Amino acid sequence: MLDPVPPLLSVRGLKKHYAIRGGILSRVVDKVHAVDGVSFDIAPGETLGLVGESGCGKSTTGRAIMRLIEPTEGTIQFEGRDVTRLQGEELRALRRRMQIIFQDPFASLNPRHSVRGIIGEALVIHGLAKNRRDLTEQVVRLLELVGLRPDHMTRFAHEFSGGQRQRIGIARALAVQPRLIVCDEPVSALDVSIQAQVINLLEDLQEQFGLAYLFIAHDLSVVEHISNRVGVMYLGRVVEIATARDLYANPLHPYTEALLSAVPIPDPTAKRSRVALKGDVPNPINPPSGCHFHTRCPIAVARCAIEVPALITGANSHAVACHLRHETI
Amino acid sequence: MAGSTPASRSAEMPAAVIAERALVRHPPASPLGEAWRRFRKHRLAVVSLMILLAMVLVIAVGPFVWRVPIDEIDFSAQLSPPSFTHPFGTDDLGQDLLARMIYGGRISLAVGIAAMMVAVIMGILVGAVSGIAGRRLDAGLMWMTDMFLSLPQLPLLLLVLYLFRNALAKALGLEAGLFVLIVLIIGGLRWMPVARLVRAQFLSLREKEFVEAARALGASRIRLVVRHILPNAMGPVIVAGTVEVATAIIAESTLSFLGLGFPPDIPTWGRILFSAKDQLDSAPHWALFPGAAIFLTVLSINFIGDGLRDALDARRVG
Amino acid sequence: MERPLLDIIGLKTWFDTDEGVVRAVDGVSLSINRGETLAVVGESGSGKTVTARSILKLIDTPPGRYAAGQILWQGRDLVPLGPRDIDRVRAREIGMVFQEPMTSLNPVYTVGAQITEALRAHESLSRKAANDAAIEMLRLVQIPTPERRVNDYPHQFSGGMRQRVMIAMALVCKPKLLIADEPTTALDVTIQAQILELLADMKDRFGMAIMLITHAMGVVAENAQRVAVMYAGVVVEEADVDELFANPRHPYTQGLIRSIPRVDTKAIGRTRLEQIPGSVPNLLELPPGCRFSNRCRMATADCHASEPALRLVAPDHKAACIYA
Repeated sequence: MLDPVPPLLSVRGLKKHYAIRGGILSRVVDKVHAVDGVSFDIAPGETLGLVGESGCGKSTTGRAIMRLIEPTEGTIQFEGRDVTRLQGEELRALRRRMQIIFQDPFASLNPRHSVRGIIGEALVIHGLAKNRRDLTEQVVRLLELVGLRPDHMTRFAHEFSGGQRQRIGIARALAVQPRLIVCDEPVSALDVSIQAQVINLLEDLQEQFGLAYLFIAHDLSVVEHISNRVGVMYLGRVVEIATARDLYANPLHPYTEALLSAVPIPDPTAKRSRVALKGDVPNPINPPSGCHFHTRCPIAVARCAIEVPALITGANSHAVACHLRHETI
Repeated sequence: MAGSTPASRSAEMPAAVIAERALVRHPPASPLGEAWRRFRKHRLAVVSLMILLAMVLVIAVGPFVWRVPIDEIDFSAQLSPPSFTHPFGTDDLGQDLLARMIYGGRISLAVGIAAMMVAVIMGILVGAVSGIAGRRLDAGLMWMTDMFLSLPQLPLLLLVLYLFRNALAKALGLEAGLFVLIVLIIGGLRWMPVARLVRAQFLSLREKEFVEAARALGASRIRLVVRHILPNAMGPVIVAGTVEVATAIIAESTLSFLGLGFPPDIPTWGRILFSAKDQLDSAPHWALFPGAAIFLTVLSINFIGDGLRDALDARRVG
Repeated sequence: MERPLLDIIGLKTWFDTDEGVVRAVDGVSLSINRGETLAVVGESGSGKTVTARSILKLIDTPPGRYAAGQILWQGRDLVPLGPRDIDRVRAREIGMVFQEPMTSLNPVYTVGAQITEALRAHESLSRKAANDAAIEMLRLVQIPTPERRVNDYPHQFSGGMRQRVMIAMALVCKPKLLIADEPTTALDVTIQAQILELLADMKDRFGMAIMLITHAMGVVAENAQRVAVMYAGVVVEEADVDELFANPRHPYTQGLIRSIPRVDTKAIGRTRLEQIPGSVPNLLELPPGCRFSNRCRMATADCHASEPALRLVAPDHKAACIYA
């Protein structure tokens, strides 16, 4: 990395395998390679987008970084410390530096707690409020930060619309003043006219607090809009990482090309050529050999089925994992 | 899975629209207030609740108003039908049935509620541990639950009663000893469905995003269970618990009817029914009143359970 | 001008609830010509799905009721039809594809049996002929090795393949109109592209019309000829697709088009997205006058005075806004 600033988060060779048990003795008969060797960095204040289709492992990656699921292999350096080894009190301390926003604004708020209870929970857990009044004041401040009213505090999640609930979720994440927020599909469950509100809010908060985001989404247009850099995932691996501008203007991996060309553009006069992909995403239990993408790749050659292409970084920190495109970078 | 929850998934499925919009109309409503609002719509449940409350009231204050002793033997008024002096009639010893019904109601309801508590508490403990623990402990506890479910209950009941009846009666006195024994037996053989229910709730709730969010905030495992998982699992447990009261009342009646419960000088509804069975021809009222009381109580409780099921429906709040 | 294939006139589909009457569809007029793709676009609560379901009378009554309006299918009103008559229209004349390919198929029947169900219901068909028809349909929707897959069950298919099966089911009787209710919303973007292409292909082949219900403006732009934008139970704008995107007249449409980020814009300076304030409307608490007025940046006192009618603002371009 040419970046002189040390990265805030540095993921190397991250793997998460799920055991599939079978038989009477429930022995491990197979493994799902949900995340299969993922590496990337996030600089302070930066947004890294992670895109890919369902089952590509992008959400698993986000949760593994948060230690919500235990990674099978690899290291996750956050502020210079390996997160994968933290236990007990140290792990709890990590929760103040790193937070997560979820996709489903209906499932991510406890239906039995008031908004005050939801947002204030982190303050209680980490002892960040001096007394009840201080807690209330902090919750009010957080509510105002995300564009809600102080009197919303006593209400319950079901009384809010999807967009408002997502704001509550954002306020909850902000309560501990984290440096990195994992945003797991934060707008994809929202109505179209509400998405822009939440995207703008996330951008404003980033500017105000110097937050770094790992922005996970399947919607490429949203990711392009909000991210500085974007990583594209396919079947548990990162196939390409570049700056948002570079990736969209000059996609190198054939999967990225296909993905980009499949995004419908809200402009009937924009006529484009589409790279049609045959078939569905293969089963992650038995992913294809070599390059995972070779079964659907329009330009695959014999070598692709045998050899796993490395993620090689070229000019402009544009990294791609494709045998055929390695020369071009 | 990521990427498969689209913007308008529930878009305009009429029921969803109505359900969501409807709630917005009642601003500051806590989940409890919301539940009460929905419970009130269940007319049978509300009527049942009133009947049950009336019965509890009668049982509670009855002895202070109807001061006839339960064991006053009056051979001149054997098996007399309902009259002004004996509104529910008398039994074969001329004892006042109303007084005995009131007294018996106390025991029957107390047995029902206590046995339910035993079943629910044991069920929650086993189910919660099973639902939050690792694979091994979970498998062990569920194996134990299945084993209890497959025990032949009636012979076991008889055996336990036979073995411990005298010991407990000696230690705690006849009435208290029997009460504890019967409650423990009924509750101890009814916790398994609750445990399974709680475990299933835990397994699904612990995957919910709000539980994940609490973990991400650094909540301890105890906090997760007590603040986030258990409160959201309670709805179905309360419903099951309600029905459990009814089941326990029936179970106590059955035991008494078999002559295995309380002795004749401690009237419970089931016991009165047992004594009445030989005189059905000559004194039908003797069996009618305890039978009706059991029937009415159990029916009311079941209707209340139905109402609670609607009121605490997790679909609306979860 | 030729009579439209489907002509919805002043349709009102209301739901009676404890909280009041939910006017999910509140005076919608739409028409679809032969061979045309009409996109109906809107957010949750806009009434687009209820409109689509009303056409085939898939609304449960009660709580729903058809409060007013006509649904003229080739000149014949569908609203008063009984279950038996509407059954004859369903599938044979109007096909429907739903959003969730997971739940729209019955897990205990083979896909072959489900595809030909509509055929067998209306004409006596030998087992062999039905099987052949099912294979033919699977081949048509480009499912590989249809001879083998015809006897598979829904769980053996992926999401995209199930949606293909759904389309095969809807098309088996060669309907003149296909109603596709968010057909790609549950699918990944590359699969979405495949399905939309398949729909376009089927449309050319059978010359049928398509009513495409969606919330995604990108899908609209690339697949529709005409667009109706719905908001809170009414159509607020209707135009040719090129005209609508080039020249949106209703503030809601304008906001929708401008609030979505686009992948093809090369300028990735951190431009702020234009946003529509407020929440999606609660149908029980609509503002007086124009339904969009409480979220509209142009709203004036006049907007609250009365509900603006959908009127012609340019040739073949209608909008329901007094300032359009």
